[in-house]
Amino acid sequence: MSLHATPHPKDTVKWTTVGGVRVPVHLLIPNLPDPFMDIEDYEPDADLMVLNMGPQHPSTHGVLRVKLVLDGEVCVKVTPYLGYLHRGVEKLCEKLSYVQITPIVDKNDYVSPMMNELAINMAFEKLIGAEVPRRARYIRTICAEIQRLGSHLLWLGTFGLDMGGAIGGGGSIFMHTFRERELLLDLFEDLTGCRFHYNTHTVGGNRHDIPAGWAAKATQVLAVISKRCIEYEDFVRGNKVFQARTVGVGIIDPVLAIDLGISGPVLRASGVDVDLRRDQPYAAYDEIAVNVATDPGGDCFSRYVVRVDEMRESIRIATELLAGVPEGPICSLKPVKLPGAVKAKHGQGVYSSIESPRGELGTFVVGNTVRRQSAIPYRCKIRSPSMHLLQLLPYICPGNNISDIIVTLGSLDPIMGEVDR
Amino acid sequence: MSFDNPWIHGLVMGLILANVALVITGYSIWFERKFAGRMQNRPGPSVVGPWGLLQPLADALKLLQKEDIVPRSADRALFNLAPPLTVFCALSALAVVPVGPGVIVADLHIGILFALAMGSLTVFPVWMAGWASNTKYALLGAMRSAAQSISYEIPLLLSATVPIILADSFRITDIVNAQLGGKWFALWPPGPGIAAFALFFLCSLAEANRIPFDIPEAESELVSGVSTEYTGMKWGLFQLAEYLHTFIISLVATTLFLGGWDGPGDNDGIIWMAIKSLTLFAGIFWIRWSFMRYRADQLMAICWKFFLPLGLVLVMLTALWVHLI
Repeated sequence: MSLHATPHPKDTVKWTTVGGVRVPVHLLIPNLPDPFMDIEDYEPDADLMVLNMGPQHPSTHGVLRVKLVLDGEVCVKVTPYLGYLHRGVEKLCEKLSYVQITPIVDKNDYVSPMMNELAINMAFEKLIGAEVPRRARYIRTICAEIQRLGSHLLWLGTFGLDMGGAIGGGGSIFMHTFRERELLLDLFEDLTGCRFHYNTHTVGGNRHDIPAGWAAKATQVLAVISKRCIEYEDFVRGNKVFQARTVGVGIIDPVLAIDLGISGPVLRASGVDVDLRRDQPYAAYDEIAVNVATDPGGDCFSRYVVRVDEMRESIRIATELLAGVPEGPICSLKPVKLPGAVKAKHGQGVYSSIESPRGELGTFVVGNTVRRQSAIPYRCKIRSPSMHLLQLLPYICPGNNISDIIVTLGSLDPIMGEVDR
Repeated sequence: MSFDNPWIHGLVMGLILANVALVITGYSIWFERKFAGRMQNRPGPSVVGPWGLLQPLADALKLLQKEDIVPRSADRALFNLAPPLTVFCALSALAVVPVGPGVIVADLHIGILFALAMGSLTVFPVWMAGWASNTKYALLGAMRSAAQSISYEIPLLLSATVPIILADSFRITDIVNAQLGGKWFALWPPGPGIAAFALFFLCSLAEANRIPFDIPEAESELVSGVSTEYTGMKWGLFQLAEYLHTFIISLVATTLFLGGWDGPGDNDGIIWMAIKSLTLFAGIFWIRWSFMRYRADQLMAICWKFFLPLGLVLVMLTALWVHLI
């Protein structure tokens, strides 16, 4: 799937082992310090400056705080601090019934709410043993792919902002990708009545059926975006400045990525061929072939390549599924009138995961066997891919410029709502 | 006391030209926003006045009304001095640039040196602002700015040396007069002329901190760089100085390489100067809205490894040309 215009520098990069982890040797600091070193152990004579980037900073993608120890403008040590957006979603889930949880988790990964709904309802269905009708599975898959496309479009825009600034070339990419995202949000509005926090998935199926003419409209929109993806490629991939800023920046070793639990496009951009849509099919993915985009480079440019390939793949999958949506019911359970109508029958834990635009979005749910509380989960743990992504920062950022840290952070595409939950 | 008195002439011309430049700068911001809007599938300013034409006035009014905040830890005197000084430096360069035949504030015999010197003096107020703000982002921005301005000064001067050698004068009026009749230095001598023009243009972009060389501002990394702590009209003065600087660069580049007020045939006049310089000015906007920015170390590498040798080669080639022909 690789469509490289420029060769990757992976073979020219020297690697070293620090604290049992393989990391690239950087040109700016030949002796890369340990990511977790005591800063006192760095050169005692160096004039170091501590810069707290965030939680209020235009490019930290929300309220991430990154403590940078700078030697001049080169970063020596990076410590990400999380928790500024903690809302206690998992605890809240233990107080709400199964059907009430969906609108809460919508706000986790606020760039792709459909994915959150799908993930949590799949876990509930597994716990309760509810079947999902084939039509609902198709609708879910189509929504998931359109949402993935929308999420990657937003990523491409903000990645441009990270590199070019809001007042400049980056802003132009941002505006163009948002024009396309707007079309997708319109599609979701037609389908669910909401532009953003849909609350359309429910235990046992979907709430909203496809309206008349929606499939044709969606196919048309996807065709338009498919054409415009080529424009982005012209605008971004061939841009010398873009290449200078991304090629060879923020290289992630596949072994390190697997050790830290990285998944999704970032892992695939390091050359690991893993995709839950293909390896562990859910919804309607067992009925369609998924071509997994991978790239061996491991740098920011590879992550761009993988995401753009995934955008094209999403357009293809959604278009093919839209052509053959089967007839039938969209929910296997009766429409829920009361919150307590859906009950768990056992107190065991189940885990189910999906491939969200950022990686493996898993949900671990334990049912409650106390009779009067059987409509609420005992425990609901959400495994968010973004939180694992941020753990990469101490390994891949030291030795880079501040500018590169921003670009690296942007290329990981963390969503703070999902990190802190 | 007649208009021939250099003091009177300078005062009157200075007042007129400075005001014209300021108005053009104000409207260039409107134009840039409109232009950027068109590039980004949106209308741009369209509410205040017809086609949003009163937007610059509204912006200025808004900035004047804003609370003037000086951080407690800032060095108050330097903090307040820096914004007017940037505008002063940018505007001073205008004094020696001939806009039309005889339309010039002071026709110095070292005009081009004065213009470039004033342009590079802006590094002092910028550094002053970065230091006086007592903020890490501003300090980093100021350090980047100083490094960038000092580095790009050299290829800028080298590229300006090409027309100086060709016209055999530092006086900008003489340089323009040498080009009258279509003998633009960008076209003739073929080769060094156009290369020197490109080099001058790119280095000027770096001098004026425009994308892709706007790393001192770099709002995605340094929040807003040097102007992070500034509010209201003080911040507005920084913006004004940046646009003024860009405008004056376009004027200087036009006079040095594009024949100044030289038009087709015998139609010389201010109108050609305006057309050429404003086209360059719009070109700078176009570049700004289509490129991302380089990294600080890449910027230095481009300057020292590519622009500087290129400038030296161009100067040598031009000298050879003048010597042989």
